[in-house]
Amino acid sequence: MEFFADSMNAALSLLLSADPDILHAVLTSLLVSGGSILLASLMGIPLGLAVGLSEFPLKRPAVTLLNSLVALPTVLVGLVVYGFLSRRGPLGSLGLLFTPAAIVIGGTILCTPIVAHYAMVAAKGADARILPTAMTLGAGPVRAWLKFVSEIRFGILAAVVAGFGRVVSEVGIAMMLGGNIRGYTRTMTTAIALETSKGKFAEGMALGVVLMAVALIVNVFLSLLQQRRP
Amino acid sequence: MSTTTSTESSGLLAALLPPFERANGCTVNVIAVGTGKALKLGEAGDVDVVFVHARELEDRFVAQGHGIDRKDVMYNDFVLLGPRADPAKVSGAVGPADALRRIAASKALFISRGDESGTHRKEQELWRAAGIVPKGSWYREAGQGMGEVLEMAFQKRGYTLSDRGTYVAFRTRIDLAILFQGDAQLRNPYGVIAVSPARHPHVRYGLARKFTDFLTGPEGQRIIAEYRIAGEPLFFPAMGAER
Repeated sequence: MEFFADSMNAALSLLLSADPDILHAVLTSLLVSGGSILLASLMGIPLGLAVGLSEFPLKRPAVTLLNSLVALPTVLVGLVVYGFLSRRGPLGSLGLLFTPAAIVIGGTILCTPIVAHYAMVAAKGADARILPTAMTLGAGPVRAWLKFVSEIRFGILAAVVAGFGRVVSEVGIAMMLGGNIRGYTRTMTTAIALETSKGKFAEGMALGVVLMAVALIVNVFLSLLQQRRP
Repeated sequence: MSTTTSTESSGLLAALLPPFERANGCTVNVIAVGTGKALKLGEAGDVDVVFVHARELEDRFVAQGHGIDRKDVMYNDFVLLGPRADPAKVSGAVGPADALRRIAASKALFISRGDESGTHRKEQELWRAAGIVPKGSWYREAGQGMGEVLEMAFQKRGYTLSDRGTYVAFRTRIDLAILFQGDAQLRNPYGVIAVSPARHPHVRYGLARKFTDFLTGPEGQRIIAEYRIAGEPLFFPAMGAER
């Protein structure tokens, strides 16, 4: 029990001291996770809605593939993107490896299938008559779609929350593509991995507590957003 | 015997122990752990001999009466690596301090382990000796293992400090050159200590003494000198030929 008591003490003093390294890691985590979820939403939500609402040949295998991609391992994403961004790889000349941008690329690939999957489920569960009804009432296709999305906004928000939760908590991509560089690409999860490798378990736990607190704040914010009527 | 992981994982012990075991009709049981733990096992009398690399800790171990007959066995060394183009002109440096000053002055990228490992401590010691507090966007603390840091230095065309063994193992995959090596400050000495029979009457001091004599004697020193991985020596015997 001493371990957990020490950890809580360390977590509190870390938070109160506003250690610049920790603040930077928190900020980096939020920035790369935010960037990833934004890009993933822009691609994943339309994709999920399209798959959920339309009929096309090979739809079943496409849905199965999408569902399996939800379980994409982070180290695999890291490895594949590494292969592209490495100096030996096709995009090596961009110099993106070991930068926050590299983490965003990996994070986007990781959570696009998750967002798409949740969006698809939301679209399937919605009343399919919304679109034609809106159109007969004189709405253009764009307004009809916006109406549809607003009807299933709870499902869409769940998609964003799930994707964010996945990307903010992962360590494989951030470590491989970011490189855990202090004050630059160190995120909260890679910082926890580092403290653990140094044998500083209490400090690692403390960072874990901070990570959970950040996740809580983000989710409270998102659910407040959800409760607001459009 | 308790020893550090490097002597075991490098394969050196596999070359060193069989001749000794044959000559003395015994078996050496090896417990490969971190240096601190290896000395603790000696302190408790759980082993007969310790073979480690941490000069200060070893001296304290002897001073506190836990061990006797400490002897220098060998050293391995650290090398300063960087891109072949060598933008900071490190290869012309006269010493480790000068080499680091050149890197800092040209603000060439330097990748530090940043993980409080033995190599990281050595690097910090060298910066201190150079009178530099490394800071700025040219100095990156990776917080990862030696292999990852070598890969990062290669990818980013940066400089880094590595132990020779890991560098040799990675050399075929990464294009980094040794730009500075061979200075006494870059040495990492290994010592062998017999656990004190006065403190722990049950230890086999006779055999332990034979072992320390073997390691530091002509046969042990020859095996260490001739031990190679991929044609590169990893350890240099403490007696005789200086590099």
